[in-house]
Amino acid sequence: MEKRVTFDEKTLPYLLVLPQIVITLVFFFWPSAQMIWQSMLLEDAFGGNTRFVWFENFAHLFQDPAYYRSAAITAVFSGAVAVLGLALSLLLAVMADRVIKGATAYKAFLVWPYAVAPAVVGVLWGFLFNPSVGIVAWALRNLFGYEFNYVLNGGQALVLVVFAAVWSQISYNFLFFLAGLQSIPRSLIEAAAIDGAGPGRRFWTIIFPLLSPTGFFLLVVNVIYAFFGTFGVVDALTKGGPAKATEILVFKVYNDGFRGQDLGGSAAQSAILMAIVILLTVVQFRFIERKVHY
Amino acid sequence: MATVSMRGVRKSYGGALEVIQGIDMEIADGEFIVIVGPSGCGKSTLLRMVAGLEKITGGEIAIDSRVVNNLEPKDRDIAMVFQNYALYPHMSVYENMSYGLRIRGMSKTEIDERVKRAAGILEIGQYLDRKPRQLSGGQRQRVAMGRAIVREPKAFLFDEPLSNLDAKLRVQMRVEIKKLQRQLGVTSIYVTHDQVEAMTMADRLIVMNKGVAEQIGTPIEVYAAPSTLFVAGFIGSPAMNFLETRVSSDGRLAIDGAALSPKTGLDPGRAVTVGIRPEHLATGGGLDVQVELVELLGADTLVHGRLSDGKSLVVRLPGNQVPTAGDRLPVQAYDGAWHLFDTETGKRLGTA
Repeated sequence: MEKRVTFDEKTLPYLLVLPQIVITLVFFFWPSAQMIWQSMLLEDAFGGNTRFVWFENFAHLFQDPAYYRSAAITAVFSGAVAVLGLALSLLLAVMADRVIKGATAYKAFLVWPYAVAPAVVGVLWGFLFNPSVGIVAWALRNLFGYEFNYVLNGGQALVLVVFAAVWSQISYNFLFFLAGLQSIPRSLIEAAAIDGAGPGRRFWTIIFPLLSPTGFFLLVVNVIYAFFGTFGVVDALTKGGPAKATEILVFKVYNDGFRGQDLGGSAAQSAILMAIVILLTVVQFRFIERKVHY
Repeated sequence: MATVSMRGVRKSYGGALEVIQGIDMEIADGEFIVIVGPSGCGKSTLLRMVAGLEKITGGEIAIDSRVVNNLEPKDRDIAMVFQNYALYPHMSVYENMSYGLRIRGMSKTEIDERVKRAAGILEIGQYLDRKPRQLSGGQRQRVAMGRAIVREPKAFLFDEPLSNLDAKLRVQMRVEIKKLQRQLGVTSIYVTHDQVEAMTMADRLIVMNKGVAEQIGTPIEVYAAPSTLFVAGFIGSPAMNFLETRVSSDGRLAIDGAALSPKTGLDPGRAVTVGIRPEHLATGGGLDVQVELVELLGADTLVHGRLSDGKSLVVRLPGNQVPTAGDRLPVQAYDGAWHLFDTETGKRLGTA
């Protein structure tokens, strides 16, 4: 059943959507257009001289090994953040779903990390793992004999950034998974139990497939988060270092543009990132339209 | 196929509130038992305790003389049909029906044979590749039944399986379930709040109220001799008329002033509720009914009226007798149709 109100008036509908259109144009399309325009400009370091160079900035990027390295780091980083983030939050959601006493308080506490600003997350994890004063780094060294020094070791730095990013995002995933779990009718689980399925089999054959639309949505959201939302964490923890070992693409945009003063190249990188996000979003909508109703 | 025994079965959730207050019942092999009662009476809880979905607080339940109190649902060898069907939405009808068999590691050919046979019985053969969402309510109901029968369990449990269907389909499925149960001869426990379902399907029924089995018996026994006021009012449609009165000094009951006074052997002065079913009243005789409302059902006419002492009374007349509102209608009861209950305890005292 669809109820439709039709306007005979020609201008009123346009007037009604005008504020939305203005906001979209001013705050989304204008900056994006500027970014694309900028990506075709070459500017000297002092901003005195600007030249239009067509796609030269892009061509430079695709010949730059540092860019490919950053892309590879981003792939590893976002893959790890998405997989770890989803797996851990699903585990937490399954556990929380079983809690009966104090469930509300338990859930509320699990949501707290999401309220912590990314930069603070970075500082927090930086403190814990600081090679000289961090308590976790100290414990690793003195109790397990494991030297953890993210300031010097690139691999460890990447692991630390992944953990911090996952920790910050887990609450969000958790909420969606929990809502997904709670929307599965209890009788389905009971029917499976009577059919002879133990808890493990019930999870993999009934619950997991029914959660898959939620899971896919979260996968896309998490990848986008890993691409963009983690800037603050990286900035506060490692600033892309050591030796660019944690320089993910979005951080390279910032580094090249605002530190390297290569505004054109930085804008070109932004344009590529935007294309990736558009692609991801299209995939998500396509898939969800097809798959969300099993 | 099996017997099911309940011995002093109790259920409480932590506190003092007992939702099931000691049920004793022996269910014979192949019997169709209906548990009927108003919502909140504990009937579904009792069924779920048999299924193993609720812990048993006290007493014991045995299936085929094996106590199952501490067995998981999967080890009890029962199948259950849920009110919302509980079909797995991401599986086809075939996968839904074969799920339990696959878990038990049955061979592919035997699974196929069983599913096909069940689908044939239930006439859902052409839907085996569909997903549940592509089926109508009645078809989903059949698939849920199919999932139960392919397992060839010791007992079927039904938890209000027809309440999500429309009235016409409900009547049809009611007959089909009953036939199917006869054909397969599997012991069945069926929970419903609908007394018509209870009366038509049951070999024996349990009328439950507030966690207590008020009466256990065949439908006709329960209808003819309800053991409590609750059962008398719950079973039968339209509901039995109740008139509160006292035993007079000569041992008779004064009804409608003194117009009708059946003789009883009860002590004078005792508070008694007399009940009479609307269908056991007919025109002519000593009760004087002021007609207030007439409902025409085609085959029957339901007359809502008041006696001269102001008590309301429903009379069921043949469809060709149509009094008009405002009329006075003389009414009489069939012999022995009066049910007597103790007003305080609600217990049955006999007939008059």
